[in-house]
Amino acid sequence: MIEPGNDDAITPGHDRTPVVSEEPIVNPGLPAHQWRPTDVDPRLEKRAERQVAAMFVLSMICGVLFVVAYFTLEIGDNFDTVIGLGASTVALGLALGGALLFIGIGIIQWARKLMGDHEIMEMRHPAASSAEDREETLAALSLGADESGIARRPLIRNTMLGSLGLLGLPAVVLLRDLGPSNAQIVDSEAGTGLQHTIWKQGMRLVRDVLGTPIKASDLELGDLVNAAPEALFPTEENGYDEIEGVPLQVQKAKSSIIIVKMEPDKIKPGKGRENWSFDGLICYSKICTHVGCPISLYERTTHHVLCPCHQSTFDLADSAKVIFGPAHRPLPQLPMAVDAEGYLIAQSDFTEPVGASYWEREKQ
Amino acid sequence: MRLLNRSAARISRHRRGPVVGLVALLLGLLLSGGLYTAFAPAQAGEQAQSDEELVDTGRKLFLAGCSSCHGQNAEGLSTVRDGSLKGPPLVGVGAAAVDFQVGTGRMPMARPEQQAPRKEVAYNEDEVKALAAYVASLAPGPAIPTEEDYSIDGLTGTQREEAIVRGGQIFLTNCTACHNFNGSGGAMPRGGYAPKLTGVDEKYIYEAMLTGPQAMPTFSNGNLSPEEKRDVIAYLKTIETQPEYGGFGLGGLGPVSEGLFAWLLGIGGLVGFAIWIAAHTTRTTLTPPIEKGAEA
Repeated sequence: MIEPGNDDAITPGHDRTPVVSEEPIVNPGLPAHQWRPTDVDPRLEKRAERQVAAMFVLSMICGVLFVVAYFTLEIGDNFDTVIGLGASTVALGLALGGALLFIGIGIIQWARKLMGDHEIMEMRHPAASSAEDREETLAALSLGADESGIARRPLIRNTMLGSLGLLGLPAVVLLRDLGPSNAQIVDSEAGTGLQHTIWKQGMRLVRDVLGTPIKASDLELGDLVNAAPEALFPTEENGYDEIEGVPLQVQKAKSSIIIVKMEPDKIKPGKGRENWSFDGLICYSKICTHVGCPISLYERTTHHVLCPCHQSTFDLADSAKVIFGPAHRPLPQLPMAVDAEGYLIAQSDFTEPVGASYWEREKQ
Repeated sequence: MRLLNRSAARISRHRRGPVVGLVALLLGLLLSGGLYTAFAPAQAGEQAQSDEELVDTGRKLFLAGCSSCHGQNAEGLSTVRDGSLKGPPLVGVGAAAVDFQVGTGRMPMARPEQQAPRKEVAYNEDEVKALAAYVASLAPGPAIPTEEDYSIDGLTGTQREEAIVRGGQIFLTNCTACHNFNGSGGAMPRGGYAPKLTGVDEKYIYEAMLTGPQAMPTFSNGNLSPEEKRDVIAYLKTIETQPEYGGFGLGGLGPVSEGLFAWLLGIGGLVGFAIWIAAHTTRTTLTPPIEKGAEA
């Protein structure tokens, strides 16, 4: 530490301080220290002291207020006593916030007005150890290597490296078995695995949340139905097995669909998909093929459906082809038909995996 | 009437007799009463205008105000330039569509464009009714819903609660994609937007679901039953009056407005404090009598 403007403090020759080379311009050092009013005038100093103390006292008051508010103000259905917010919430927040804020303000004021603020300068020292230390350490290291004989005994060295390397194997096996792989759970009958859903031939399409079947003749031009497979709404009547918990969520996430009705001549059926739609009704997976967001931002006038996550846009009149955005594949279409009573049913499961891509997807 | 009053005033000014003024007043009252009885039946007849006349009035209004885009027979018009629709055909859209579009001021539009914004209503109630009657006469379509269709007043307390819960589920499944979980609206492609649903008349929400205005898909009675539509409206009206349990709602726009708030006020406040800490304090040219901190 040196006084401003005092160059003599640097003692050349000591190996831990930089050697001062001859500078073309003499180091002017720091300008002379200027005093603050509070350093000069005892009255102002006292005043600043009182200000700082007042901040700390205010913090104390806030702390007490917090406790008082906590025990006196009712926490309940009075959610809008203070500008639409609950009295207890507002009081607790303001009191605790104030208690912390006033401590902070007090400390800042203290540092600015009263604590010593003499400018000081500290020279930077080289980060490397001294040459002596470095040499000693290197000597110790090579001595250790010599004595252990690691260079002379390749058998020990190689077996040790082998044992350490093999330790990674248990970790890989454990990580792999944290969950079943897709190949282990895949079952087209149960609709499990990434490439199958619970949809089956003859399963009715029902309104999502409500679970009511959809009559083809009830729908009108421009209708959008957010739908789900009937198997997710089991009743005694339809006879589907009850599923719940994680399997239910997984099936819901994979099998959600949207049905739209447009003018039949507007639909450009894909190859081999001529009988997949019915009287202008057409049905697609609701899961975006980019990263799997549920999409139903449908525009009746353009037949486009937009994904809110990354703005992928699909043309539902043209096999849900991607017309904009990062999605790579069209939405999978659900082959749809009408049963004897006029309700919408699936002809089969989706013919391709729904949702985002995965490694083995193209191998199927 | 003004003429009559003026002449009565003149009489009373020229002949200041109090009786004459009274007689004039009586005469005036008699005359206006007589005139009223003479004309009133005719007006009552106009009130009970037959459907046919209503349709005729509507047709006249349509030809004057709507046909430039929708065609003289509401058959729809295409632009010459690229054949896209200037105004869609209105055959079969029903009275509900007219009541929604004209009743909320969306129609007539200033110019054909992506979004029909809500604005000042251009027609009075009778004119909207006449226009609706005319368009409804072209082909059958959804009628204007009545209060029974969208009100849950007739239900008991528990039924009402069930309706609101069901309405919430239907809303979150079918509507939130575009209109936001809070009904605050959202952006749509090519500069369009889904309008916010707060503060909208129940009737208009019902009509919008029924008819699918602009690019919105329809939720016809075969899609969502009238009761289900009623429940959605009940839910929307409930969340409108709900207090903000979690503090300020910030428009219910989700992470965008909340993040902006945190950035501007939170980080802004911290920057303010940092500036205060680092700012120069006031200095003086004086030196203290005894140099404190000389040992530093």
